[in-house]
Amino acid sequence: MQVPAYVEYEKATSIEHALALLARFGPEARILAGGHSLIPMMKLRLAQPETLVDINGLGELCYLRVTDGELRIGALTRHAQLLDSPVAGQHFAILHDAEKVIADPIVRNWGTVGGSLCQADPSEDLSAAFAALKATMLIQGPGGSRTVPAREFHTGPYETVVAPGELLTEIRIAIRPGGGSAYAKVGRRVGDWPVGAAGAAIWLAGDIITDAGIGLTAVGARHFSAAEAEEFLRGAPATEASFARAGEIAAAHCNPSPDQRGPADYKRHLASELTTRALRRALRRAQRQDA
Amino acid sequence: MQITVHVNGASYAREVEPRLLLIHFLRDELRLTGSHWGCDTSNCGACVVWLDEIPVKSCTVLAVMADGRRVLTVEGLERRGVLDPIQQGFTECHGLQCGFCTPGMMLTGRWLLDHHPDPSPEVIREALSGQLCRCTGYENIVRSVRWAAEHPA
Repeated sequence: MQVPAYVEYEKATSIEHALALLARFGPEARILAGGHSLIPMMKLRLAQPETLVDINGLGELCYLRVTDGELRIGALTRHAQLLDSPVAGQHFAILHDAEKVIADPIVRNWGTVGGSLCQADPSEDLSAAFAALKATMLIQGPGGSRTVPAREFHTGPYETVVAPGELLTEIRIAIRPGGGSAYAKVGRRVGDWPVGAAGAAIWLAGDIITDAGIGLTAVGARHFSAAEAEEFLRGAPATEASFARAGEIAAAHCNPSPDQRGPADYKRHLASELTTRALRRALRRAQRQDA
Repeated sequence: MQITVHVNGASYAREVEPRLLLIHFLRDELRLTGSHWGCDTSNCGACVVWLDEIPVKSCTVLAVMADGRRVLTVEGLERRGVLDPIQQGFTECHGLQCGFCTPGMMLTGRWLLDHHPDPSPEVIREALSGQLCRCTGYENIVRSVRWAAEHPA
């Protein structure tokens, strides 16, 4: 029987209240959102917070909307809400691709976008998707709010720049014309973490790639991204040859670990192949051939 | 901590430890043992209940998180002695063998039919993909949900 260790519990009634509770209970307090990563970690004693600050009552953190040319996603948005959001899918198909293969439908009902990001599992799909989209995270703390690029959000496995006393409240993605995006994942079964996965976002001027974002997860990529492959693609023609080369570059710069999901060379192969596939699909979407 | 949870239309006030999981609250505190405690790792879905009208895995939700919310368990599907069509479907189509996964399967099936009244077998399989049947009786589970779709109350 797996049961969490003794813990105190506080229910936050507003963002300000949540921040006050975090300040009061100190660094051993943890935000409880969907809990679908935290509670399993607590059962295994991998996490043992002294106090949980439950933010599930904060409806003000549960939204998807377009404001000032950005898609803005409240941190408490459930995975299922992101998957069901037409506005998210219309602008960033990669988010729907990724959400379809995150955990399973029941876990997606309660697990949250912000919780997944703050859990910072090195195999998290959304971390790669938001890295590909070059999203920005909005973090609130006692002294006000600050924004952090998605690629500076994670400082290591299970570690982020969100300090004790701070709360991730929103993810922002700039909507730029001429773009397309996609996500490709290989997993062993429904609900499992990926063996490897890649997300791609590209922006075109004619047949030339003006900008590209590539996100990788579960393969030891720095900041969940493939900066060298992006640099190669910028200004290159949007062709199969470019995408194949970008895949090779992405694979060469990642650092997968062998584990029960597969050996390192297989994961490196996936990084290359899935990057190429995601780019191919992102191109079709940018060209509006595949809505 | 004092909580009040509205389960199957009745309100229950209890003093619980914050670390108590919702599945154990339902089974041990309220003696509603229809919800099954399975893998404990949010993989199997035997513990699925509705929390404010949304299916969740109750082994991965704290009871205190359900404070003030509505919970529906398998015991709440039947109305005035009449089985819900999803329950009748499992009866008609031999949708259970050992019965361990059945309550979770039925609650997800009921939710699916409330939102997609005429789902294809593929849609049903996707909806149930977070739940395991240790008897591997998936074919008949899908048929049971289809039966319920074809025989709405």
